Amino acid sequence: MTTTTPRPTPTPRRVRQYTADDWWSLATSVVASLALVTLVYEHVLDLSGTLGFLVCWFATFLLLYAAVLSFANERHVVTDRVVAAALYAAAAVVVGALSSTVIYTFAKGWPALSHVNFYVQDMSGVSPTAPLSQGGILHAIIGTVIEVALATVIAIPLGIATAVYLSEVGGALSRVVRTVIEAMTALPEILAGLFVYVVLIVYVGLPKSGLAVSVAMAVTMVPIIARAGEVALRVVPSGLREASQALGATQWMTVRKVVLPSARSGLATATILAVARGVGETAIVLITSGASSFINWNPAQNPMNSLPLFIYTGYQTHENLAITRAFGAASVLLAMVLVLFVLTRWLSRERSGR
Amino acid sequence: MSMSGVGAPAPRSLSREPRLLSAGHERSDRIFRALSTTTGAVVLLVTGGIGVFLGLQSIPTLRHYGLSFFTTAAWQPELDHIGIAAVLVGTLEVALVAMVVSVPFALMLALFITEYAPKRLKSWLVSAVDLMAAVPSIIYGLWGFFLLQPQAIKLSRWLSQHFGWFPLFHVSTDPNAAVWQQSQYTSSAFIAGLAVSMMAIPLACAVMRAVFDQVPRGEREAAMALGGTRFGVARTVVFPFARGGIIGGSMLALGRALGETAAVLIIISPAYEIKIRILEAGTQTISALIAANFGNATASQLSALMTAGFVLFLITLVVNTVAASIIRRSRSGAGTDI
Repeated sequence: MTTTTPRPTPTPRRVRQYTADDWWSLATSVVASLALVTLVYEHVLDLSGTLGFLVCWFATFLLLYAAVLSFANERHVVTDRVVAAALYAAAAVVVGALSSTVIYTFAKGWPALSHVNFYVQDMSGVSPTAPLSQGGILHAIIGTVIEVALATVIAIPLGIATAVYLSEVGGALSRVVRTVIEAMTALPEILAGLFVYVVLIVYVGLPKSGLAVSVAMAVTMVPIIARAGEVALRVVPSGLREASQALGATQWMTVRKVVLPSARSGLATATILAVARGVGETAIVLITSGASSFINWNPAQNPMNSLPLFIYTGYQTHENLAITRAFGAASVLLAMVLVLFVLTRWLSRERSGR
Repeated sequence: MSMSGVGAPAPRSLSREPRLLSAGHERSDRIFRALSTTTGAVVLLVTGGIGVFLGLQSIPTLRHYGLSFFTTAAWQPELDHIGIAAVLVGTLEVALVAMVVSVPFALMLALFITEYAPKRLKSWLVSAVDLMAAVPSIIYGLWGFFLLQPQAIKLSRWLSQHFGWFPLFHVSTDPNAAVWQQSQYTSSAFIAGLAVSMMAIPLACAVMRAVFDQVPRGEREAAMALGGTRFGVARTVVFPFARGGIIGGSMLALGRALGETAAVLIIISPAYEIKIRILEAGTQTISALIAANFGNATASQLSALMTAGFVLFLITLVVNTVAASIIRRSRSGAGTDI
């Protein structure tokens, strides 16, 4: 990459390797920009704040780095280096934002998480301002598990059957179905919640309950499963299907014994993806279920609390202890999502390994 | 594998006459095909039904208020004086902030992952972006309110100090005051947009990365062989090839940003006025409006909320459909799973 000497050298140029010159340019630019900004930032520019300091430092660094590099390099090499530095910074910012989200949630929730009763008690008879050694979020955990499980039970058959229809059966209708499903994967969740609220609760007269939540959740999960499932089915080699049919199997047999088993891990990934989305669905639980303070095992009756709803109602009280509990619940929710996420990774790794 | 699929019983195969080959389906297949087609149709009806339903429900409201529903800013159901002008503007503002932040970051991140990152870092980053998409929006809401907001209002103040002459960045308080009014800068469309961008970045980045990965190897290597730098390859080969994916991915993220509820609901404080001052406290979006008001709504108010929902539905539908068609047209292979 370096072109310090104009005469051609017989040794091949080494690509993507930084020379001592490059390292020193980088290091001196970092130090020089830090020194400059420290001097100028508060005293001359009269600015304050850590975030602003970092931004100014980085901007100065880019300018200095470009200047230093341009002594010994061509213009396009300078551009490449400066862009690389900017890209590293962008990646660091995004990863930093993500990790700050995760770490901050767990750190703020820790006072609640360190109490055992937080996991094994509900909030019935416990006021939101009660100390953290009383009450817990068991009712919200149970509610979330029941609601998501029910939604998954509704969504899996519909979603996978739709995926099979789109990829194996086809026909004139399939293009319409595919278009609508594609549009619905991006449907704002609040609209699915509003739809179910008006149809099931206002018209049919169902109480605000876990069942209504599950139906609304299923409405948002089916398109995700169908769409990702179709992709999983389509990558099954058509040779397998043809071999099966050449052996005399009917199409149903082919789908059941050949296509679905080969696409098993892809379908599982699609399902877990949808479940992970369902677990965190806040707008839906906000609309279609009330926040109970007790454990409710029956999804068809009485309000059923869930983790997102518990977090939101806790936040709304603006009480410090309630907010700590909300962060505790958010940590549990985040842990659930993390487990599901690792599971998806593991499943898809198994698939790519084969 | 059973032989039930073959039409003729065993003894007949000994006879001379050729076996009958029919293109028709077995009975089990007819049931299978009918069932899966029915499921597809049911799913179509339910999911597509949402749009039709919202559209039908909004007829009474539109008949009652007429065009003034789109030009009124206030939301005062008790005075029979409601409209979505303010919430529509608020929705667009939050989405605009989210786009301005997330599109450059998503593009840089995608470029970094495909072109610059060392191999081990690359797989880590891909996982991080996927995880970012899986974090529930309410957690980004808490993060935005408690951690980001105290920092971001300093940026808000700085912007209004130096660019206050620009209407978008104006705040109706004195930004240079020694004790500045922090509460004027909190709960704004700007901060909500920053939190929403955390959800838009992974979506846009996933699409862009998928398209960057499909850049023909030969073209990439040809540019390298001509002595191109990594950025040179990106500029001359990757970007022209992936233009559709970049636009489509950004629009997909826009669709998400327009409909985001929980994070926005936590951060903003509701204000029903047409406000282009994005740094100033108070705004409202359609989804937050629905979430905040459905509970104590009468039948006619519910219809008004559904009309607002229908408008949101139409906007996201158009944005997402255009995005999907751009992405589909931009490459030959199968779709990505987002």
